Amino acid sequence: MKFKTLGAAVFTLATLFINPVWAEEAPGVDRSSTGGAQTLEDIMARQDKMEVDASFRSENLGDPANANSTTERLGTLGGVSDSDTYRAIRYNEIDATTQSRSPAADVMIQDGGMSWYKLREGPIITYGGGALLGIILLLVVFYFVRGRIMIDGGPAGTTIERFKTIERFGHWLLSGSFVALGITGLLTLMGRSFLIPVIGPEAFSTLAIGSKWIHNNIAWAFMLGLVMTFVMWVAHNIPNKLDWQWLKAGGGIFTKAHPSAKKFNAGQKVVFWTVMVLGFSVSLSGLSLLFPFEIFMFADTFAIMNSIMGTDFPTVLAPHEEMQYANIWHSIVAFVMMVAIMAHIYIGSVGMEGAFDAMGNGQVDVEWARQHHDLWVAEVEAKQGKGESS
Amino acid sequence: MKVMIAAFVAALLIAASAPVILNQFGWSSAEQYSSESVRLD
Repeated sequence: MKFKTLGAAVFTLATLFINPVWAEEAPGVDRSSTGGAQTLEDIMARQDKMEVDASFRSENLGDPANANSTTERLGTLGGVSDSDTYRAIRYNEIDATTQSRSPAADVMIQDGGMSWYKLREGPIITYGGGALLGIILLLVVFYFVRGRIMIDGGPAGTTIERFKTIERFGHWLLSGSFVALGITGLLTLMGRSFLIPVIGPEAFSTLAIGSKWIHNNIAWAFMLGLVMTFVMWVAHNIPNKLDWQWLKAGGGIFTKAHPSAKKFNAGQKVVFWTVMVLGFSVSLSGLSLLFPFEIFMFADTFAIMNSIMGTDFPTVLAPHEEMQYANIWHSIVAFVMMVAIMAHIYIGSVGMEGAFDAMGNGQVDVEWARQHHDLWVAEVEAKQGKGESS
Repeated sequence: MKVMIAAFVAALLIAASAPVILNQFGWSSAEQYSSESVRLD
């Protein structure tokens, strides 16, 4: 019960956080200038998610009794104008059919576009961009406070094979495609706001078309890299008691101790599962966007969440709403991944002496390996003693 | 470093071949966004 209450509270807070004017009522509108039709104020209030009394539209669906005869102007629809018809469609007052059979063509009006656009252009860019700048700043501060983590006593000069060729290939396939996806995704998301004012719409158009092509197509390399690294490393990333000891010691980052670890320490396991879980999720939402109106997930996901947490997410979604949710979720997950991966890139390169060699040429200094993965070194040496491959 | 460059090249090759392969499987954006009743080609 407490869990349900907590879930509902989190959802309510998140909703209000995203849109603080959610429940505000729109001020009264004078429609005399439009003869009773909606005004710009009505449209702006609706886009701001204010509660608008729509009865002036929902009850204004035409009146056949007042129909002009077919010989008069505006008489061919029998007293119902196109506007009347579309209002009737919006408020489900008539059974409309369409001739087009393309996907989702039978959804003639969907109101979520502006909410999606505002969420995408507002909080997603603000908080997502802020998180990226925040982690960069944090890493710079960390570098100057902690400095580069060096090998105690210096390198031994002898090396041990840390990762095989196929492991490094899978890692770089995943990471190279991820960086390309991240850059092109940011260009697509933020270009309208930040690049068009600088380089102009025509130059940005070329950039955006290129970004879209790279983003849509290199995604397959990312998914292949994700599967490869999962298969190769999942067995080494199962959490165990040793990880708790490593975490309690803070990985030795602040104490300069060297807690024991096997092939992957607890920090690396966190990165592994973050990449796997979020990578799977971002791939699913990406596939949904790549094949529009073919893969719907959010209505079912919301139904499961409602049954578990007692929340009240909508479980009947128009195809376009599914796409809007997929797009927003894709952006959020991608930002979380980018933040995590930036920290990973830091510690795997400038942050730690000898770390890059593991993925650079696969050979790491034995002393580095003993200090950061002592139990793994012992395992490898034991196997080599028995004549087995590492 | 050779492995890293090979993986980057592989990613680009996969990206270049993806649209061709998708087309072979019968998926193209042209078919997604039009129906026979309105297609002009």
